[in-house]
Amino acid sequence: MRRMGFSEAVDDALSQAMADDPRILLLGEDVQGLHGSLFVRFGRQRVRNTPISEAAFLGAAVTAAMAGLRPVAEIMLVDFIAVAVDALLNHAAKLETFSGSRWNAPLVVRTACGGGYGDGGQHEQSLWGWLAHIPGLSVVIPSTPADAGGLMLACLEWGSPVVFMEHKLISSAWLDFLGSGGRSTVTYDVPRDGTRGPVPTTWDPLPIGKAALRRSGSDLTIATLGVGVHRALEAATHLEAQGISAGVLDLRTVSPLDKGTLYEELSHTGRLIVVDEDYEGFGLSGELAAVALEAGIAIKYARVCTQTTIPYARDLEDEVLPNVKRIVEASRRLME
Amino acid sequence: MASDLWSLYELMYKSRTFEEAVRQIWKDGKISGEMHLGLGEEAIMAGIVSQLKEGDAMALEHRGTSPMLMRGVDPYSLLREFMGQADGLCGGLGGHMHLFAPEKLIASSGIVGAAGPAAAGFALAAQMLRPGTVSLAFFGEGATSAGMLLESMNLAVVWNLPVVFICKDNQWAITTPADTAVGGNLLKRAEAFGLFAVEVDGLDVQAVSSAAKTALEHARDGKGPVFIWAHCIHLEGHFLGDGLLDMFRRPIYSLRKRMWPMIKGFIRRGGAPWNERIASLRQILRQVFAVQNQTDRANDPLVRARQTLSIKDNQRLTAIESAIQCEIQRIVTAALAPEGSSV
Repeated sequence: MRRMGFSEAVDDALSQAMADDPRILLLGEDVQGLHGSLFVRFGRQRVRNTPISEAAFLGAAVTAAMAGLRPVAEIMLVDFIAVAVDALLNHAAKLETFSGSRWNAPLVVRTACGGGYGDGGQHEQSLWGWLAHIPGLSVVIPSTPADAGGLMLACLEWGSPVVFMEHKLISSAWLDFLGSGGRSTVTYDVPRDGTRGPVPTTWDPLPIGKAALRRSGSDLTIATLGVGVHRALEAATHLEAQGISAGVLDLRTVSPLDKGTLYEELSHTGRLIVVDEDYEGFGLSGELAAVALEAGIAIKYARVCTQTTIPYARDLEDEVLPNVKRIVEASRRLME
Repeated sequence: MASDLWSLYELMYKSRTFEEAVRQIWKDGKISGEMHLGLGEEAIMAGIVSQLKEGDAMALEHRGTSPMLMRGVDPYSLLREFMGQADGLCGGLGGHMHLFAPEKLIASSGIVGAAGPAAAGFALAAQMLRPGTVSLAFFGEGATSAGMLLESMNLAVVWNLPVVFICKDNQWAITTPADTAVGGNLLKRAEAFGLFAVEVDGLDVQAVSSAAKTALEHARDGKGPVFIWAHCIHLEGHFLGDGLLDMFRRPIYSLRKRMWPMIKGFIRRGGAPWNERIASLRQILRQVFAVQNQTDRANDPLVRARQTLSIKDNQRLTAIESAIQCEIQRIVTAALAPEGSSV
């Protein structure tokens, strides 16, 4: 076992895959600098800087994948995917159906997401529910370095378009790049367990569409992902002291959604709290309630999500993004 | 507004002094997240913004502090915005990349290229509601690769919109050099779209002022959109804490943080042949050295303007500078007071 940071683990797993498979290439803005360890190992043909042309290079990555390459297209921040989403919505995600299942685009979109470091509402969104809404698109959001590397390998083998998201608050590389800029005078509420952890010596793919139960609990189930996992685990510790046994289910992928594990947990607890940093309305949090009801599982339900545009001011931002206090309060209300 | 060198220098010096104060406050950790300053762009901003009139609009990108200040937005409210305070320009909700001043028709965006369509829309409103007014779009050369900017140039031509597109070209998009990302020639590109296009030394405020006068008159007179290609530098790189500059400024720190992971990648088995790996390493090192031209004092637009003025009347020059320093210091002190205090 080695120990690694979050993005370091992603790069390491990607590096292992690139050494094994010459069809894999990484392209995106500033990737030669941002992923220097890959650039100096694989050279400029396979680690390609792009112009600031997301619509062009994401669109090109789709057909490059259709024609035999295995592109990992990095959209620096998921907020920026808005200008290029046509490539995913109308093309990559439609191809399998349109071609009568004769063609697919094995494309990985790698992108950083999430807030908590004071960068404002145009650089800190999550948008995983927005993307997972599209049939034909898979969306993966790991919460630990070991999951991050293993799921990146799985994405490369997935065979159809998948969005792989790295939450910036648990990626010290992204947080340093955008949050601190080399300063030691700023601190953010970083969940320590997510940023650095044990990883395997050789990477093996982890299953896509399989949730991980991070903590068992008999009173309620907190379903979450990304940084939310760490917030929920901390909340569960507080709740335990108050006599409430909360389980934490790390969904790991939004689409495909591991409904089976969710149903199993809910059948034990009968209470669901969704902790989702993405926007509250019309998204993942509502979807989880819907699938539980569709399965005929009677639950009590609450959610802790982002309801508004993320404010720049740090104190307001920490209130708007799901935090431990809000999770504890929602859990207590659900137990009343 | 007057556009003689003295008043232009005042605008530039005020912007420089204010942004240097912002830099220190950011370093002290009182501003969160990223900070993109316009240090090195002052000549472009002063030469152009000084010629705006009532009703003219501006579409800004992530580097909006300097044009905001020069257009007369209250520096205290800007600083408090950067600090995320309720009495900031946008209530502390926007931050430095998302600055808005409705009464002056100024909107900003942190999405690269967004200034193009924004300026086109402002110009449509100008054409229909306020004839004779214009709108400006400020962006870097990196944004000239963004589809929406190119689309808005075409839109402005076919609708004959009074837009002035201003490309502040410092040759770098974060760590990507323009010669690897921008194809062809930007002047010819703009001309091919049907824009009236001019190229100018963006470090020479008088040259910018003169080019801007022609450009704005063209747009105001209803003759169609204009493209100004202004060459400049960024003294602090892309943003404060810029990685390439950092590798030069703090080599030991950077060796551990940035170079060590690269060395580990470089020596691993499997991957590209050695000559390609060496080419990658050399490219990174070459860029670290190349980016230093951004910080060369000889390219500093303020140093250039100052040289001319100091020969003319050094006493007047130092009086102007110390008055501005006092003014900015007063604003900074007020903004840093525990609860802030209006000035």
